[in-house]
Amino acid sequence: MKNKHNFVCISCPLSCALELTEEEGEVLGVSGNECKVGVKYAEEEFRDPRRVVTTTVPVRDGILPLLPVRTAEAIPKRLVVEAVGALAGLVVEAPVTDGQVIYPDMLGTGVDVIASRDLARVE
Amino acid sequence: MNKTRKPELAVIGAGPAGLGAALAASKAGLNDIMLIERDIELGGILPQCIHDGFGSIVFKEVLTGPQYAQRFIDEVERANVDVRLRTMVLEMTGDRRVTVVNDREGIIEIEPKSVVLAMGCRERTRHQVMLPGFRPAGVITAGAAQRDINIEGLMPGRKIVILGSGDIGLIMARRFVLEGAYVEGVYEIMDHPGGLTRNVVQCLNDFDIPLHLSHTATFIHGRKRVEAVSVARVDEDLKPIKETERRVPCDTLVLSVGLIPENELSKHAGVELDPVTGGPFVDERMETSVDGIFACGNVVNVFDLVDYVTHSAEVAGRGAAEYVLEGRKKEAPVRVVPGRNVKYVVPQYVSDLDRDIDFYFRVEHPERAVAARILADGRLLAGKKHRMVRPPEMIKQSASAVDFAGAGGAREITVEVVAGEEQA
Repeated sequence: MKNKHNFVCISCPLSCALELTEEEGEVLGVSGNECKVGVKYAEEEFRDPRRVVTTTVPVRDGILPLLPVRTAEAIPKRLVVEAVGALAGLVVEAPVTDGQVIYPDMLGTGVDVIASRDLARVE
Repeated sequence: MNKTRKPELAVIGAGPAGLGAALAASKAGLNDIMLIERDIELGGILPQCIHDGFGSIVFKEVLTGPQYAQRFIDEVERANVDVRLRTMVLEMTGDRRVTVVNDREGIIEIEPKSVVLAMGCRERTRHQVMLPGFRPAGVITAGAAQRDINIEGLMPGRKIVILGSGDIGLIMARRFVLEGAYVEGVYEIMDHPGGLTRNVVQCLNDFDIPLHLSHTATFIHGRKRVEAVSVARVDEDLKPIKETERRVPCDTLVLSVGLIPENELSKHAGVELDPVTGGPFVDERMETSVDGIFACGNVVNVFDLVDYVTHSAEVAGRGAAEYVLEGRKKEAPVRVVPGRNVKYVVPQYVSDLDRDIDFYFRVEHPERAVAARILADGRLLAGKKHRMVRPPEMIKQSASAVDFAGAGGAREITVEVVAGEEQA
């Protein structure tokens, strides 16, 4: 039996209303997308939804008390809350550079958590 | 110290608009650019916008706010730009005399040959939405909460009600949850969300946070600290329906009820403001009604996307450079008129049709299967089909110098949204 699933593409602000058709887990097609990113998004949302995680970690001796960090890529959606929890207690030392790995291989996903900006050391 | 500096360009504000304008002016040949910023660092509001979703147009990748800022900061630091941090503009006159102050040099007068206004916008507060009730601690705007949590490392509260579904409110709903707070719900007076759909999906739906459309807050309870907020459904005239009122216990009310362009400096200089956008009237160079004063980014109108802020900043920066290097040589301005289902358009005027022009506009109501079109005296110049248009999602429609060929002498440019089958 064919099933339809509706998703709103979050890849960009166009927020395309996508409709994915599948039969017994096999994706038959995606419609409603303005670009090819929408097809990939709908397939991923159906099979394995993923999100980029962003949060902050405390910095020692930085010009600001917190460093914004992100997962370098999206990780499975079900791990988002756990990922933020895994960073609790972590403190980094200034200076930090944009892209520096802050926490490698988040929860075995192979995705690193990286600094989202430069943060100078207080003089 | 009291000697008058006369830079080619003074840019007021170093958020994405100011950074983009300074860089564009530098690339266009200006060598003496002063970039004035009151904060301790460059980037404006971006450093506190730690979420991702920035840069999909400018960089073709999805960055966080700090990452987006970092790319421009790195470039500005390499460019020949005189950056003045912790420096505040006190006053500007219509003949471009600018008074600034900082803790190193005291009060300085500068007389730049051109100015780019890039002060951004401010949040509306409870006073602008006339929320009745007591005045306890715990009523905070979404942007202020964002700064507390993401920059200062402070938690504004534990049990949160959010009024208004603007993007920052949606983003902060998720942020509060990830930081261990409980978000009871988001209440929106309109029958559609104020923010982008993608933010409703990834910030509310992902975390099972309820969005109550056609609801508003009717009373703030608590003498010292917020203890509860009364909420009610609204009728078609947006008036609360008494019988639907209920009391929601909470310790914090977060307001995400809109942004207003910050134009105190502009007003004093005699810059004419558009009552619809709250920002200056600008032309295709992003020049305001005052000679040599340009404006870009959210000081002009609240753009949804930082990418559009950057684009407008590049136009303003190039416009200022052209003004300084080539002098003023413009045609008489032609009014850009909002047509069918268009609330407003930026720019509001067009002087020269010798270049590509980006028109930014918002629709008045949601509509499916439409075409957005640019016309000169009723003749179609450019257009594009859209599956869906919504008031919270700004539309950008470009018309190229080629499109404008033969439109010289036009008396009126119209921007309209029409049913799809009328597409050219």
